[in-house]
Amino acid sequence: MNAESNAMPQSPLESQVIAPAVMPAARPMYWSVRRELWENRSIYIAPLAVAAVFLFGFLISTIHLPGKMRAASALDPMRQHELIAQPYLIASGLMMLTTLVVGVFYCLDALYGERRDRSILFWKSLPVSDLTTVLSKAITPVVILPLVTFAITVVMQWIMLLVSTAVLLGSGLSVTTLWAHASLFQTWPMLLYHLLTVHGLWYAPIYGWLLLVSAWARRAPFLWAGLPLLAIGGVEKIAFNTSHFGTMLANRMIGGGGGGDFMTGSLSMDPLMHFTPGEFLISPGLWIGLAVAAAFLAAAVRLRRSQEPI
Amino acid sequence: MACIEARGLRKAYGTTVALSGVDLRVEEGRILGLIGPNGAGKTTALNAILGLTPYQGELNVLGRDPWTERDQLMRDVCFIADVAVLPRWITVSQALDYVAGVHPRFDRAKAEGFLAKTTIRRSSKVRELSKGMVTQLHLALVMAIDAKLLVLDEPTLGLDILYRKQFYDSLLNDYFDRNRTIVVATHQVEEIQHVLTDVMFIDRGRIVFDRSMEEVESRYVEVVVRPEQVAAARALKPMHERQVLGRSILLFDHVDRHQLSALGDLRTPSIADLFVAVMGNQAGRAQGVAR
Repeated sequence: MNAESNAMPQSPLESQVIAPAVMPAARPMYWSVRRELWENRSIYIAPLAVAAVFLFGFLISTIHLPGKMRAASALDPMRQHELIAQPYLIASGLMMLTTLVVGVFYCLDALYGERRDRSILFWKSLPVSDLTTVLSKAITPVVILPLVTFAITVVMQWIMLLVSTAVLLGSGLSVTTLWAHASLFQTWPMLLYHLLTVHGLWYAPIYGWLLLVSAWARRAPFLWAGLPLLAIGGVEKIAFNTSHFGTMLANRMIGGGGGGDFMTGSLSMDPLMHFTPGEFLISPGLWIGLAVAAAFLAAAVRLRRSQEPI
Repeated sequence: MACIEARGLRKAYGTTVALSGVDLRVEEGRILGLIGPNGAGKTTALNAILGLTPYQGELNVLGRDPWTERDQLMRDVCFIADVAVLPRWITVSQALDYVAGVHPRFDRAKAEGFLAKTTIRRSSKVRELSKGMVTQLHLALVMAIDAKLLVLDEPTLGLDILYRKQFYDSLLNDYFDRNRTIVVATHQVEEIQHVLTDVMFIDRGRIVFDRSMEEVESRYVEVVVRPEQVAAARALKPMHERQVLGRSILLFDHVDRHQLSALGDLRTPSIADLFVAVMGNQAGRAQGVAR
């Protein structure tokens, strides 16, 4: 059956005929990911909408900016930094929260929606393996979503900075303090690092679990995603009067592991203090999480193979 | 080489047996009609052939095991399932892009050519198209794939007669050639009768009838029996007897035509009549076929 791919092309014409039959393995993956973006426009529309609303609020708040800057100049540098950097940190924090919410809803629908609307029969009529499909649906929240969020956040903070600059210049104030403390060029690499490590790798088992539920549930994937976790926590509490499972989940959610606590710390502390990739990469929590995510995804692949439309 | 070969194919959903030992062989270049009442196992059989459902028994499609090799198999197999399954959010041009992106044997220019004959716009979403247009779109995608086997499961369900006719006409004129094999499962027997080269009836998970159309034409004869000859005709053991406008119509298998012509007018039975006769003999559950 593989005669085409094994045969040596003997003439340019023949190789032309054969060429389309041997397709690079990455192509189905590339098109599957694009497909996800076509279907789930919320991946970029939701963060854009949140960013727009936030920017609108921020524009109004710039009325007080000259006064705020005058007040800040009297403070010590540490307090000054906090005051000036705060809106930018709130902005990125808000975008991260949005990303998380979008990722959760995306995953719960990813393998459930295609069975509900029967389009799984169309996808399965094409030469794309279940592994490719499930991986494309895992790559979306783990890689694509953080990158989209990063891009939107950068543009948003850039607009914030430019608007503030214009307002300050308009009222005859210096912008050096603002530019020094907003320190966007230092925080952007940090933000990208955080999004890729925490929202991508650290949250991978969460997305894996949601994808598994989405592949399995015949109805109400949202409930199925949450109730078993509550049940396990409840049983553990009643049976052993401990709450290790709950602690573990909470730790996963708020980001344990080295460099993982950016989210809790981001609003009050300078994110650069937590830039510890070495520590993060050797933390067992990361690797255990990735192994669990891989197991969930493997189960989701098996389920997708045998599941029928609902 | 047989395109599809199954031996002892079984499938049960819990206690419900959908396929109970199906044996079938479909040669390359045939157009097979798979006909059966609702719940007879048509869709289950097709799903097994397409690698959509696990099964017991032996099954070989184009030299592959469909269950373990679905993605490779789908390079050579196309299918259109019972209802429109194109995702509603996709636009026509996205559908073209995607299939062109993932399918090594898709000829985009050909698909565009088919679409040019319709009123479908590239920018339309599937949800904005009528049911007939969605089928046209799906057919355009499928016909532009250079596949060896095309599987259709009630492809024209819910379409009006114009689209149904057009569907089979384009399939025959623009798609079918001697190297391709087509398997159609349907209720609308009469519309596809002239298209088929082979016909199979399936009932309660078993193949109960499996003939080529040449065999059907040479073996089976329907006689519109003259009233005075009815007793003589019945003595020849017809498979089936029905009354139409006061005349008895008897269906015979393997009876000498010369002998029958003395009893009344002879004609070749339609697939639908044959289906009723065969299913009637299988405990009178013939309602499943649309007439």
